Amino acid sequence: MNGFRRTGLGLAIALGGLAAAAPFLPQWALFLVVISLAKGLAALGLLLLMRTGLVSFGQGLYFATGAYAAGVAANSLGVGDAALMVLGGGAAAALVAALLGLLLARYRAIFFAMLSLAFSMILYGILVKSPALGSTDGFNVSPKTALGVSLSTGPGRYGIYSLAALGAFACALAVDRYLRSYLGRLAPAVRDNELRVEYMGASVRNVVHLNLIIAGALAGVGGAITALAVGHVDPEMAYWTTSGEFVFVAILSGTSSVAAPFAGALVLEALRSFAYEHAPNSWQLVMGAAMLAVILFLPDGLWSVFRRRRRTAT
Amino acid sequence: MSAILEAAGLTKTFGAVTAAANISVSIEEDTVVGLIGGNGAGKTTFLNLVTGYLKPTAGTVRFSGRDITGMAPRRITRLGICRSFQIPQVFDSLTTFENLLMGLGIVFMGRSAFVGSHLGDASPEEVAEEMLERFRLEEYRDEPASVLPEGVRKLLDIAMAMAVKPRILLLDEPTSGVSADEKFALMDLVLGAIRADKVTVLFVEHDMDIVRRYTQRILAFYDGKVIADGDSASVLADAEVRRLVVGEGGPEGAPC
Repeated sequence: MNGFRRTGLGLAIALGGLAAAAPFLPQWALFLVVISLAKGLAALGLLLLMRTGLVSFGQGLYFATGAYAAGVAANSLGVGDAALMVLGGGAAAALVAALLGLLLARYRAIFFAMLSLAFSMILYGILVKSPALGSTDGFNVSPKTALGVSLSTGPGRYGIYSLAALGAFACALAVDRYLRSYLGRLAPAVRDNELRVEYMGASVRNVVHLNLIIAGALAGVGGAITALAVGHVDPEMAYWTTSGEFVFVAILSGTSSVAAPFAGALVLEALRSFAYEHAPNSWQLVMGAAMLAVILFLPDGLWSVFRRRRRTAT
Repeated sequence: MSAILEAAGLTKTFGAVTAAANISVSIEEDTVVGLIGGNGAGKTTFLNLVTGYLKPTAGTVRFSGRDITGMAPRRITRLGICRSFQIPQVFDSLTTFENLLMGLGIVFMGRSAFVGSHLGDASPEEVAEEMLERFRLEEYRDEPASVLPEGVRKLLDIAMAMAVKPRILLLDEPTSGVSADEKFALMDLVLGAIRADKVTVLFVEHDMDIVRRYTQRILAFYDGKVIADGDSASVLADAEVRRLVVGEGGPEGAPC
């Protein structure tokens, strides 16, 4: 069985698990899973960038773009179905990434990180100063249907959950396919040696630009899903702490599998929920300690636990 | 024989330093040409100008009659001018096989953009295996490039330049960093693998025994200028070349 089929099977099992678990999960747990999947998508985009040798502290930009685009589609353009709103969010974020990529693709290392941060803070500033978009309060987003099923009926309770699970599954599968293609494999080559990539006839800037667009689209889809799940968008989605959280998830997860960011995001969200409940005044301390522990003991991320076990088993 | 590569009046200055001064050279197809000169003579600058890494201050480069002056390296590569590096430029985190596959994958994706390729109907994987064999890299197939011995990295660097089927290959000091007793074996292997395809070769070299043995023609550079250009024996016997490049006492030095 080749790697792509194995990953596909693993993801399908995970999707089946999510579907099977749904009837037994309380509302708060369904919400937690949806938010984890949404943030996992943004972190999956970061995984692509990290493979290219880049760390972005501004993925919140695309996250917010996706969320606001979904909201505008629902409120101003009359789009009623959640699936279309998610697609619109992803497309809008990809478009923004394509434009900003013209500039961003020229930069590397700390310059890239700071420039991506700067762009996201510019969007934050614009959103805060835009009364039409609700300024600091943002606005409410309420889809009527998800994949044609009305969200106000009984099964509609699982509408956004199903949409998030299917969306994450499709994105993870597509990214895995991409990573195994010749095009996708250029990313680590760019990270290792840009000069050689150019001298083998490929454009380094195009490779970086493409990965920026894919990462932006993934964050946009994640943002749109978040907007639907929360039922509200606000400028905080573009704020640097949101972007920082994606980096947190990406480091927590590691870059060894397309499933890792989702698992990492779920661990983060669960940890935060419990920390917030049991230590409401010092939950950040718990998060920081968890991060420290991962960096010290699992430098390749949480997912490396599976790898190690597999290696000792064989 | 027709000229595959022509440089006319090629000049490159960095501020007050002239790295290439009015270099005019013409290289015929299907030949092996040596490029010699001391440190700072402008050998690597010449390669960088020809492959588009540097833009000349003045002058032109023509490839098969086509003006390629100022084109980006990737476009020049696609036309069929490839190079290897003095310090091997490989992908350290990838294995030997993956390194080769990277170049072949690029060619595979952009078949229409590349003038020549080894692929034909074969898959990049098949050609990569075949190239491993041709360059005798099989035993290092699955080792990451970062742990390979320097001589093997050199060989891999050259093999990667051959992934895009070049019409002319520029080798920058293929034997530097390789122990003296391995140099001839390396050159036999490299030229055997390259010349099977009738690829024109221009190589920079410091070892005069290597140059004498493998070239038909030699270009000698000094201080950014061409001081001799002709068949190997006469260039190596040239008094100025012996004094300025080979490093002998003077014109009265005994011929070797």
